[in-house]
Amino acid sequence: MTRTDALIITASDQVPGRTVFKRFPIPRNFGVSPGSRIETGRTWPAPEGATRIKRFEIYRYNPDSGDNPHLDTFEVDLDACGPMVLDALIWIKNTIDPTLTFRRSCREGICGSCAMNMDGTNWLACTKFIEETDAPARIYPLANMRVIKDLVPDLSHVFAQYEMIEPWLQAKTLAPDRERLQAPEDREKLNGYYECILCFCCTSGCPSHWWNGDRFLGPAVLLQAWRWLIDSRDEATGKRLDRLEDPFRLYRCHTILNCTRTCPKGLNPGKAIAEIKKMIAERRN
Amino acid sequence: MERLSSEDSRPLSPNIQIYRPQLTSVLSIANRITGVFLSACAVVLVIWLVAAASGPEGYSRFNGLIGSWPGQILLLAATFAFFLHICGGIRHLVWDTVHGFELRQIYASGWLVVAASVGLTLASWLTSFLIAGQS
Repeated sequence: MTRTDALIITASDQVPGRTVFKRFPIPRNFGVSPGSRIETGRTWPAPEGATRIKRFEIYRYNPDSGDNPHLDTFEVDLDACGPMVLDALIWIKNTIDPTLTFRRSCREGICGSCAMNMDGTNWLACTKFIEETDAPARIYPLANMRVIKDLVPDLSHVFAQYEMIEPWLQAKTLAPDRERLQAPEDREKLNGYYECILCFCCTSGCPSHWWNGDRFLGPAVLLQAWRWLIDSRDEATGKRLDRLEDPFRLYRCHTILNCTRTCPKGLNPGKAIAEIKKMIAERRN
Repeated sequence: MERLSSEDSRPLSPNIQIYRPQLTSVLSIANRITGVFLSACAVVLVIWLVAAASGPEGYSRFNGLIGSWPGQILLLAATFAFFLHICGGIRHLVWDTVHGFELRQIYASGWLVVAASVGLTLASWLTSFLIAGQS
């Protein structure tokens, strides 16, 4: 990731150097149900002798305690931990508070497990540099998700939505004795879509999905839908479009484009959705 | 197996309360707000027409209101809202043809919408002042 003062952002990994508003000018508990209100937590000081200290404000929630979520402040010794936000979280878990809970696996931006909200935008903790975070860094779970514990969101709803688009190859023609072949130019159409790792940074950053997530499929799932619509080997295009042509499933997308702005793989869910809308419009003629 | 808990008993992680405003989302909500505001302005426009139809007395009363400082500020806001909404609308029409979706283009067209709205607002007010000064 890189910091930039440019007005025109050219890649999703660019962090604005300065912004007028860090958050929308609305009350902290705007529309928040009592059980989701975030309370002030405790401060965990750095070990003695630490010289290069950075503060991390981290969302905590323990389902067993019966308490509301709260915001803990951790002092991290930067000399003792690696360069990424995930390194800081692992350092905290190893040396300060072993109960800090988060998902992580590959630590190289390919598994999508450590997607979370850092300084108000969604990204992967393993590919976000600590030095590009604010002081203090603010770490929340992916926005607008039910929280299982601390930074672990419940993704069963978005995965159920993913299942709805039947993300597998469907063909009526008899299976060949070998792989289903594809012309190089047909294969190229999948570029920019097959790379999606389903981290749900985009869906979690989409205001339309915040307000209508029960019925709107969201950018990650719709990008996957497009990936199967344009696969030359797939023969269920008509059925797929029928299931998408719905005021909510597809058309709650108002082209806000927070999705494209936040994709940690640099993909373009907003464009994929526009392509689906165009495909539906064109098949009407 | 015992279910951990029903979905709604879990807290919802914050969304708009923490998400950083970006040009993408700010222009989107601005398009909504200006749309609502312009709908209200359409009512004021109808009131103006009714006032004009009702005769010179009603018309001059309306003109007195709209000529006052609050009235002028409202009119300036309406002009800006009009241009922001129409420029944003054109941007959406271009998007509907699946053009301009690279991040660089999204930001360039976004700032162009802002600059054009400010420019067109100023231009239309300057023009109206010039016309008013000549009569």
